[in-house]
Amino acid sequence: MSKSILSVDDSASMRQMVKLTLAGAGYDVVEAADGREALALAQSRTHHLVVTDLNMPVMDGLTLIRELRQLPAYKGIPILFLTTETEEGKKQQARAAGATGWITKPFQQEQLLAVVRKVLGS
Amino acid sequence: MTEESSTNDLSRFKTTYFEECAELLITAEECLLRLQEGSDDPEDCNAVFRCVHSIKGGAGAFAFTDLVRFAHVFETALDALRSGRVGLTPALAEVLVRGNDILGDFVRAAQEGVVLPPDHGDRVTQVLNALTGQGGADAKAAASATPAPAPESGEESFLVRFTPAANMLRTGNDPLMMVRELAGLGALDIRADLTRLPARLEDLAAQDAYLAWSFRITTEQGRQAVLDVFEFVAGDCAEVSVEAVGAETVLEPAAPPAAVAHAPAAPPPEAPAHDDHPVSLDHPADAAHPAEGGLRLRAEDKPGAGGVHTASIRVELDKVDRLVNMVGELVITQAMLGQQSNRFSAESHPELFMGLQELSHHTRELQESVMAIRAQPIKTLFSRAPRIVRDLSARLGKQVRLVMSGEGTEVDKTVIEQLSDPMVHLIRNSLDHGLETPEERAARGKPAEGTIHLSAEHRSGRVIIQIEDDGHGIDRRRVLEKAIEKGLVERGQTLSDEQIDQLIFAPGFSTAAAVSDVSGRGVGLDVVRKNIQDVGGRVSVQSQPGVGARFIMSLPLTLAVMDGMLVAVGGERYVLPLTNIVESIRPKPEQTHALVNVGNMLTLRGEYIRLVALHSLFNVEGAVTDPTKGLVVVVETEGGDRVGLLVDELLGQQQVVIKSLESNFRPVRGVSAATILGDGRVALILDVGALKAEGDRDGGGTAPLAAE
Repeated sequence: MSKSILSVDDSASMRQMVKLTLAGAGYDVVEAADGREALALAQSRTHHLVVTDLNMPVMDGLTLIRELRQLPAYKGIPILFLTTETEEGKKQQARAAGATGWITKPFQQEQLLAVVRKVLGS
Repeated sequence: MTEESSTNDLSRFKTTYFEECAELLITAEECLLRLQEGSDDPEDCNAVFRCVHSIKGGAGAFAFTDLVRFAHVFETALDALRSGRVGLTPALAEVLVRGNDILGDFVRAAQEGVVLPPDHGDRVTQVLNALTGQGGADAKAAASATPAPAPESGEESFLVRFTPAANMLRTGNDPLMMVRELAGLGALDIRADLTRLPARLEDLAAQDAYLAWSFRITTEQGRQAVLDVFEFVAGDCAEVSVEAVGAETVLEPAAPPAAVAHAPAAPPPEAPAHDDHPVSLDHPADAAHPAEGGLRLRAEDKPGAGGVHTASIRVELDKVDRLVNMVGELVITQAMLGQQSNRFSAESHPELFMGLQELSHHTRELQESVMAIRAQPIKTLFSRAPRIVRDLSARLGKQVRLVMSGEGTEVDKTVIEQLSDPMVHLIRNSLDHGLETPEERAARGKPAEGTIHLSAEHRSGRVIIQIEDDGHGIDRRRVLEKAIEKGLVERGQTLSDEQIDQLIFAPGFSTAAAVSDVSGRGVGLDVVRKNIQDVGGRVSVQSQPGVGARFIMSLPLTLAVMDGMLVAVGGERYVLPLTNIVESIRPKPEQTHALVNVGNMLTLRGEYIRLVALHSLFNVEGAVTDPTKGLVVVVETEGGDRVGLLVDELLGQQQVVIKSLESNFRPVRGVSAATILGDGRVALILDVGALKAEGDRDGGGTAPLAAE
């Protein structure tokens, strides 16, 4: 069974790009437009990886990471966040919240895939 | 990825991107206009930031470098604004609105595939850069989407020392992934360092990282590629050092296995024996740190998070049960052979006796191994608790914190199954009757949140499970009233506090003033006690009024075999669980006392011990009736009470296979089970706790049980 990835971003094109890249590599991608939606999806089923933006309306990425780490099923699940060079502080906060790693925006498809493979090991 | 090389799929969703950009630009403009009009809603500013951020993100994916560059400058300024580092002035608002227009220009240029003049938007860019105090550095950062520099050519070797912080696994970073990635870079030699592993398994927290590794990697990818492997963990979650070494450098040879979990022998002089500090780069010897244990793993051996490879197979429980039964029969056969051998002397048949002795060793080992197969961590049982506590506390309006310990304690699977209902019942009981509401707790000066502590441990061949709460404890006055009312206790009878507490287990006793839908299901704690007794266990309660109550369940580790002491009473044989026996004595006449209304007592080193005559309890003829002529076996119950059992003689210690009386016959008071002896006779296994109770009731066993 292919591994399932939860992609969280308020930008539809970003989600589309993530989905295209990851689905093309054989992953099963589920999308959410904000943290709250993602949390609901995460609870309904355990995904192998969560890729989330940090800046989102309703529930931001930091809160999502913290909430996910509270769920027993998500204790050891890799969580990647999207960040930019300007957000060094955010990066620290996200790591403290329990994020596994990050993808620096803007990124290209193979960069995304490389990081995903890195944390999923396949 | 350049535009030329982008796939059709990519260009297809470019359309989505530009549609989105149009929407984002409009949203950003709306918010900017509100800001310009003096809005102080931080969400306006955040929204603009998000819009620009999204535009930039997508632009990076499509490699619209001009758009990325400007969006980055714009975004940085907005970030400074929303974080309060920069105040919003009318002039700045004006610049921001203008910036949004220029962003739109770049978006349209990207869409139409035209290149704007290099100085487009320069004025705004300058103002924004001046605002955040950043200059050209930003442009460089924004352009960092370019691929990493080409790998350095030529093979190099590096010594990498990787020490995860305890919390690393909790961030989802798996050392296995990093090992795999390293292995992908080139030839890899790995040494695991086990020195941080706790010596005792119970000290090991499953979610903590204990292992550290040294790697020697030979790669053409260069140092940065090696560092990148640990990018996510270096600093916060792990100590990582990478140093270039000669290709001939090898890791310290594996230490002998005995030294694995301990301090290594003979450290090289330049390295301190135990060094928890980061390995310094200018200290080559550190990489071959002596603390490296002996575990040699090859990358393809897939070291798991714990670095230990375990293989397992699934086996039907029936097959294991059959095995357990056969081992039981083997134990009986072995006892039979032992008995038959008594006809020979060890001198005349030395080989026979040696063989029998070995048979007994092997049988015991076989039996223990088989039991270990069925052993399961009690976690499977405990894992039900959080759910119960959460649901119930919500229903009852109580705040409860559940603490669990000893989840790793292993118990026979059948015991775990039998424990499930009693445990659930006791947790419900503690929540419903033990813990107070937050208001009541506040009034008593306790924290609003109550605590229930669920624990398990091995103690002298049994497993002890405790459920402790910090509630109001048992209301002894009410319990006594209720017991009198139900006729369980006679009015005027004096009971100790402990005796009153234990009344809650009496059949037909239910303390719930109002029958609640939580624990008042018509089944009381008597059912709990019965269920636990059915598997050879006991349950008791310790209570401290106002402070809390603790329920203690004690169960045998296995339900199949136990160590027993065979005793003779008249022509009968009985088995006493070895764990209960304290000592055996032949009392002197002055040590025995017959007390009116109490029964026979024995004084032992100044202590009074009730004497229970087994022959009279079980109505056995021809037994020794005078304690001074027989033997008194002093046994201790789970609760710590002592009682002396009068028997004729001790026949010896042996393993017995437990055969349930209940499933083969019917329950008998004072007897927990039966067994088959080597000579084929059936012997009853005595339940010491029940015998003590019988003795208390009958004043020394004057009423034979078998007469019932």
